[in-house]
Amino acid sequence: MTVTWYVVLSSFLFAIGGAGVLTRRNPLVVLLCLELMLNAGNLALLAFSRMWGNGDGQIFALVVMVVAACEVVVGLGIIVGIFRRRIPEDVDALSELRG
Amino acid sequence: MTPTAWGWLVLAFPLAGTIVISLGWRALGNRIGGWLGSAMILGSFVCAIGAALSLQDRAPDARHATSTLFDYAHSAGINVGLSVLVDPLSVFMALVVSGVSFLIHVYSVAYIDSDRGYARYFAYLNYFVFSMLLLVMAGNLIILIVGWAGVGAASYLLISFWYRRTTATYAGIKAFVINVIGDVALVVAAFLLWKHTNSLSFDGIFKGAHHAFHTNQGTLVAACLLLTVGAFAKSAQFPLHTWLPDAMEGPTPVSALIHAATMVTAGVYLIARFHPLYELAPTSADITAGFACFTLFYAATCALAITDLKRIIAYSTISQIGYMMLGVSTGGYDGGLFHLMTHAFFKALLFMGAGSVIGAMAGIQDIDRMGGFRRSMKFTFVTFTIGALALASFPPMSGWFSKDEILGFDVHRGGYYLALAIVAFAAALITAFYSFRMVFRVFFGDPVPEAQSLERGELAHGEHVNPMTGEPEDTDVGFPGAEHHIAEREWPMKVAMGGLAACAIAGGIVGIPGVTHWLRNFLDPVFVDSKFIHTQPTDTASWIGLVVGGGIALAGIAIAYVTYLRRPGSAGQVAARVPALHRLFSARWYFDEIFDAVFVRPTQTFGRFGRYVVESAFVQGTLVGGATGVVRAGSALARSVQSGYIRAYALLMLVGLGGLALYFLLQAT
Repeated sequence: MTVTWYVVLSSFLFAIGGAGVLTRRNPLVVLLCLELMLNAGNLALLAFSRMWGNGDGQIFALVVMVVAACEVVVGLGIIVGIFRRRIPEDVDALSELRG
Repeated sequence: MTPTAWGWLVLAFPLAGTIVISLGWRALGNRIGGWLGSAMILGSFVCAIGAALSLQDRAPDARHATSTLFDYAHSAGINVGLSVLVDPLSVFMALVVSGVSFLIHVYSVAYIDSDRGYARYFAYLNYFVFSMLLLVMAGNLIILIVGWAGVGAASYLLISFWYRRTTATYAGIKAFVINVIGDVALVVAAFLLWKHTNSLSFDGIFKGAHHAFHTNQGTLVAACLLLTVGAFAKSAQFPLHTWLPDAMEGPTPVSALIHAATMVTAGVYLIARFHPLYELAPTSADITAGFACFTLFYAATCALAITDLKRIIAYSTISQIGYMMLGVSTGGYDGGLFHLMTHAFFKALLFMGAGSVIGAMAGIQDIDRMGGFRRSMKFTFVTFTIGALALASFPPMSGWFSKDEILGFDVHRGGYYLALAIVAFAAALITAFYSFRMVFRVFFGDPVPEAQSLERGELAHGEHVNPMTGEPEDTDVGFPGAEHHIAEREWPMKVAMGGLAACAIAGGIVGIPGVTHWLRNFLDPVFVDSKFIHTQPTDTASWIGLVVGGGIALAGIAIAYVTYLRRPGSAGQVAARVPALHRLFSARWYFDEIFDAVFVRPTQTFGRFGRYVVESAFVQGTLVGGATGVVRAGSALARSVQSGYIRAYALLMLVGLGGLALYFLLQAT
């Protein structure tokens, strides 16, 4: 089985995640789509790792998972904060950093 | 003690006074501060006497002592110490300055009593005396310039003493700007002399000049003319005279001290000090004498027509300094310095009398509104008349001896100098006339309301207004105080005026031809190298000159008597008959207007051009505006990207990453 299918699947997952981040306005869904993108990356790393026959990619995938976990902690924290403060659940409303 | 030790003490007293009064004004209170300042000047005067006595103990050729305290400037071939020179000339000047200053300080103690700026006034006054003494006792050109600038600053501070009066601050600026012209000329002259003689001390310059220059060499003439420009700016000689009449905006004792008796004679001192150079460059001396002669005539004619009492005396000062300048620039050093001394006495006295009259008029200075103060102000009347007699060179007042010593010397030299002397004799007639124009207009005639109320024992209280513009004023700091003071009611003013009146009467005793030669003998060691020391008129010729001078004075006074007392109103008829001449004189020959049109307005136009075209349009509009425009447009672009929409940022990131990936892919193939 060639690595192609894995990479194609990974690309599809990444594109779906990216499209979700760009189009959805609910911060929770945006966060989920981000996770999807990260895991698409992980899939590609593992596939290439398998292709080359060494473990570097797998180690890197573990690192990505750790980063993703951290990101979820921060992201969910922000979302909980948004709910607590009764701010509209809309990322476009969070535009106070406009220059 | 050595002469130089006395010299340092002369300088130390007023400096200490300045520091103590300006730091301790809160603790000292009004009159104590004034008396402290006066005591310091008295100390200075006593030390000047000490210096004179210790000089007299030495042999005539050893009456010349210098002393250096420390290196003042030491670089690039210039080696200047903070040094004093004590010789008969500097001691003479120190005696005149500190003596007259002391009496004027005493006068001020009472005169300025109700002014809110009392301590500031005395701090400035002490500072002025210190600078003036530094100027006359300086041992080299650099220290002289330091003192020169110091008296200029003191003059500015005291003209603008009532700093909330716009006319006073304007006059202060005018005086300062014109004096700076002289300062620059003096510095350039110092540079020229240093370049050619390699020295900045007076001794070194005079020694070096004889080797470096031949007679009338161009550079030396230029240097001497630059010295003359400096002297003319400080001494208010044509064409740099216009600041002095405006300087009368200052308090009257300041006019007496700085703008009559002492500071304005610094130019005369400068030329007397540099007499070896002027004798080596006779052309420059002749040019100086010509200008001085024009000035003394011109200023006398102005004093005929104007009606402001203080400004009449100011023009008289310009005229009398013209006589001194004529004396020292033609070689009659003794005469010029003699007149400097007697003029300091009688002119300070005239200003003090004028201050007393102005006090009685509650600030009004226009002689058209004065009259009849003879009975109500007896003391002021007597002393003012003594001053006017001395100014008119009425025998045997001090001015009679000193003025005619100058003129007698110039007649004796003949030729060009005889012509100058004839003009000066004509001006002497005018001087006698305008002196008694003041006396007759102010003290004789029908008493004005102010004089009548004074006879009843009440001092007039006018509105507090600016006498020049009539603007209302209050009496807080920055404006004159609430009370007016007249000599009849204040003993310090009486003491000062009495002392000066005695000097104005008897000051001539130091130089009666054929009888006493005290001043000449005292000053001779300074001028021993002068080529004019033996070209003195005989005693008989001097006495003929004195008789002629006395006759001219009598004639002038008699004309004034007829004009103002016997036939009142005839002055107006004369003025109406020659209206053009009267306008010319009362407008001061339009020199203010000419200078305004030639120098001030073009400069202002140029300034406006710079302000509105160069600065506004070019610098602000094009350079600064262009640079900020570029930055603003760039930052607007950068700002528009920062929309604040997270999804837009994400899209940009994706597009950027995608672009990068595409780039590397294309590179790889």
